[in-house]
Amino acid sequence: MRWIVALVLAAALPLVAGEYYINLASQIVIFAVFAASINLLLGYGGLPTLGHAAYLGVGAYVSALLQLKLHYANWLAAPIAVAATTAMGCAFGLIALRATGLGFLMLTLALSQVLWGTAYRWVSMTDGDNGLRGLARPTPFGLDLNQAMPFYYFALIIGVLSIWMMARFVASPFGVTLKGARDQPRRMSALGYDVWLIRWITFIYASFWGAVSGLLFVYYHKYIHPVSLSLANSAEGLLAVIAGGSGTLAGPLVGAAIVLLLKNWVSAYIERWNMLLGFVFVLIVVFMPEGVVPGFHRLWKRFVSKT
Amino acid sequence: MEALRLQNLKKSFGGLPAIADVSLTVAAGERRLIIGPNGAGKTTLFNLLTGDLSRDAGSIELFGAEVGRLATHRRVHLGLARTYQIITLFPQDTLEHNVALSLMGLSPTRWNTFGRVPQRFFADAGAVLARVGLEKAAKRPIAELAYGEKRRVEIAMALAQKPRVLLLDEPLAGLSREERGQVKSLIAAIPRETTVVMIEHDTDTALDMADRITVLHYGRVIVEGTRAEVVADPKTREVYLGH
Repeated sequence: MRWIVALVLAAALPLVAGEYYINLASQIVIFAVFAASINLLLGYGGLPTLGHAAYLGVGAYVSALLQLKLHYANWLAAPIAVAATTAMGCAFGLIALRATGLGFLMLTLALSQVLWGTAYRWVSMTDGDNGLRGLARPTPFGLDLNQAMPFYYFALIIGVLSIWMMARFVASPFGVTLKGARDQPRRMSALGYDVWLIRWITFIYASFWGAVSGLLFVYYHKYIHPVSLSLANSAEGLLAVIAGGSGTLAGPLVGAAIVLLLKNWVSAYIERWNMLLGFVFVLIVVFMPEGVVPGFHRLWKRFVSKT
Repeated sequence: MEALRLQNLKKSFGGLPAIADVSLTVAAGERRLIIGPNGAGKTTLFNLLTGDLSRDAGSIELFGAEVGRLATHRRVHLGLARTYQIITLFPQDTLEHNVALSLMGLSPTRWNTFGRVPQRFFADAGAVLARVGLEKAAKRPIAELAYGEKRRVEIAMALAQKPRVLLLDEPLAGLSREERGQVKSLIAAIPRETTVVMIEHDTDTALDMADRITVLHYGRVIVEGTRAEVVADPKTREVYLGH
């Protein structure tokens, strides 16, 4: 029920909001898909990744390069970009899952930094710090998505579908085993589960949805820059998940909204908006260490039981 | 038919042998008790059997098949189940969820990434819990259970998989006299199709449950035989009973 209300409100937003806010909402939807894909690893798998921007960035870059260098149409470039990024996720997963915990974090960071460096230095291919510009948005069924509102609905449909698929994934028997592998990996092995394989499949699945968010990202901006692959981008995604509530469905969505609203609103008034973002994050960790969504849920339950 | 055959099994930690050299066979359907003073290598032996630890040398055969190189979960699929000395359940989840997880571990359903956990797993979990007398608590989270009840859930989870060999690591540890009685009758009711190997400190209770007993000391088998033989052997008294 709550989800339907949220969806209706999201769908009704363009009726009341101006272009600026519609565009902001599009960015939130895109970032929410990215954060939700991180949540599969961090929240449900117990695998803290600091390199997830790799999938967003590579998905976006491959799509952009296919369009610019080979003149592929978006409908053709999109599945190739997602498939290529997912294949990269298969290979990166093999490396990163040599470890768990801090080791996993460092390996994911290292792998994404390699890509970030490549995007900066491989100027003939990526145009380095200038980024790739002159990209076109897709035209599904001949629809023009260049205006804010049609693009918002496009992003919303893809976003809802992505998050619904991820929700099904974590509620499935496989999702149940993933949570088991997070909480008691040794016990899960003793029950006949291949814990490593469970984690690897999840890693690949998360890279797939990371790539989808990358496509939306490049469609929205019509431009791609190495910063999309940066540590800062991975960290913002991770921050959104932790602030919203890792291991919950709504957490990354709320977290994504918090991060982007702060970033967009506050940066208009304060130059050092990063500092405020950090300050808000510290407040959340101190007062609601489990994240905003479970935190408010806890407060609400306490309020109801008192009245 | 031999359920388990270990030959010259060895495992050291940083040059310190935990299992110096163990060879033993357990017949199918047998109840084997493994005793020994602290540090004798009992739990290490279990961890080698399950694959939680990798052996340094030697062979481990399960019903004639060498399993020493297999990962833990592969051994489970060949019919090996265990319980832990320190209870490792999923405390926030219900009893039936815990048992259903155990049932799903051997089912291809575990790879389903889109559907829901089929109801039959919860129904079967209810039946398994009835076997250990906990069917009424099926919907309660593990965290609300008493220690003795958690032990029974541990055993229920292992039994749910209908193992051919069941390893019980100190199933009576930390239980009250009454709880010990309950767990003991639970173990006694395990059908003979399942071979049971048990580590237990409470020898007074455990000795009557075993067909044969193995005494480990400093990672070696020093005595093996029936209860009468082991109790009568002076080496048992020397190393285990301390006099």
